[in-house]
Amino acid sequence: MTRRAQAEPDAQGKPTPGRRESLWPLAMGPLLWVAHFLLSYATAAVWCAKVGGENGSLGGVRLVIGIYTALILSGIAVVIWRGLRKHRFGTATVPHDFDTPADRHRFLGFATVLLGGLSFVATLYVALPVVFIESCR
Amino acid sequence: MDATYLSPRSWGWRALIALPLLGGCSGPQSTLQPAGVDAEQIARLFWWMSGFAILIWGVVIGCAVFVTYIKPRSHDSRVARWLILGGGVVVPPLVLGVLLAFGLSLLPSLSAPAEDGLQISVSGERWWRRVRYPTPSGGTVELANEVRLPVGERVGFRLTSPDVIHSFWIPSLGGKVDMIPGRTTRLSLEPTEVGVFRGACAEFCGTSHALMNFRVVVMEPDAFDTWLEQQASPARPPQGEVARRGQEAFLANGCGACHAIRGTSADGVLGPDLTHVGSRLSLAAGTLPTDAESFERWISHPDDIKPGVNMPAFDMLPAPQIHSIATYLSQLE
Ligand code: HEC
Ligand SMILES: [Cu+2]
Repeated sequence: MTRRAQAEPDAQGKPTPGRRESLWPLAMGPLLWVAHFLLSYATAAVWCAKVGGENGSLGGVRLVIGIYTALILSGIAVVIWRGLRKHRFGTATVPHDFDTPADRHRFLGFATVLLGGLSFVATLYVALPVVFIESCR
Repeated sequence: MDATYLSPRSWGWRALIALPLLGGCSGPQSTLQPAGVDAEQIARLFWWMSGFAILIWGVVIGCAVFVTYIKPRSHDSRVARWLILGGGVVVPPLVLGVLLAFGLSLLPSLSAPAEDGLQISVSGERWWRRVRYPTPSGGTVELANEVRLPVGERVGFRLTSPDVIHSFWIPSLGGKVDMIPGRTTRLSLEPTEVGVFRGACAEFCGTSHALMNFRVVVMEPDAFDTWLEQQASPARPPQGEVARRGQEAFLANGCGACHAIRGTSADGVLGPDLTHVGSRLSLAAGTLPTDAESFERWISHPDDIKPGVNMPAFDMLPAPQIHSIATYLSQLE
């Protein structure tokens, strides 16, 4: 394998990230998406089984799922924003594939942004049914 | 690579050979020839989706042709980046979002019960369908393997299954809904055209899955009422000596343990109700016609016709007896 000729462009003066970084921020977007799905699903299922009945109205469940959605989407937005800050660390551009702590930092940030974007769209899709469907049927 | 692959002449032949496949686009179970309100919505969605898919395909292929043949030099990387981000990241979620929203907006009406209208219960069982209609007198009557509907009326279906997951799908009239053990799923349909259509099981359920179909007859409301009244009445008595012996043999050989013929002592519930089996358009869930000869074939070797069938073969009965049973059953109109 040939080594890259140019030196790694990097920020001067900023504290370099540690050698060990947590993977949790990376997983945070998809985890919030999962949480939103499970919460929405469980709320609707319990409501229809215990309160609404087979043909009943979803009633307040639609509002509750709307609130979940707003909360989770803002959570994902925070995740994306923090990922973006990591990705912007220093002056290097993609692909962040140098074997250095700084590039790993940027890479993790960029991946967090991408997964966060995916989770954002997916959460919207999960919420979409209650916009159109009003009953437990 | 063999150059003839690319020659327009060979493509012409291929197109010609593929042409008969288009015949599959019409017929008694085509979603592309809707005969119901719901199927029309689905067909409309299909055409819009196909149109846009062709459009996107054209744009993508157009871009490919543009950069390889028309301007095969380096392109502005900023334009390229916007194209990739726009076409690859922004547009797909938007397009999928619109399709999802449109599909979801159809759902409530597709499963809406016809509260005041006719409610039919259908149970998918390996490998046939138990069909229950409400009678004008307030009771229910059990039929099998055939669904008849009045034209222009919204009809509700309650679907279930005692064994494995089956499905209920009449492509000409509407969408597909699964029949799930332990649950009741719903569907509602509003046929707009009189005619005979075909329903199928579209959820693999075992060896005879492909032989689990049913006829759907959409009738004028008056004809429908007459039909239902007639189906709700007990079986007619056997006509003639052969049929009379057929009825005796039917009752003597234990057919009544699984089959009911209303008006006789046969009251089994494991298999399809046979009270008016002769009036059906097909035998054994869309597998055979309902002539006496097919009845004979079925009774002596149902397992030859439908592998894994839950009815024993009766080929040990003497041929004249099978013949008389077949005569009797084919008379039950
Ligand atoms: C163990 C139960 C059982 C017995 C006994 C039995 N059958 Fe069946 N029969 C079935 C089942 C189950 C089916 C449905 C088969 C299928 O289509 O998959 C069936 C289907 C049929 C059908 C086709 C019905 C339709 O709606 O198309 C006919 C006709 C029939 N049986 C006649 C007979 C006769 C005649 C006898 C006696 C000689 C008999 N059966 C004995 C279980 C039984
Ligand atoms: Cu099936």
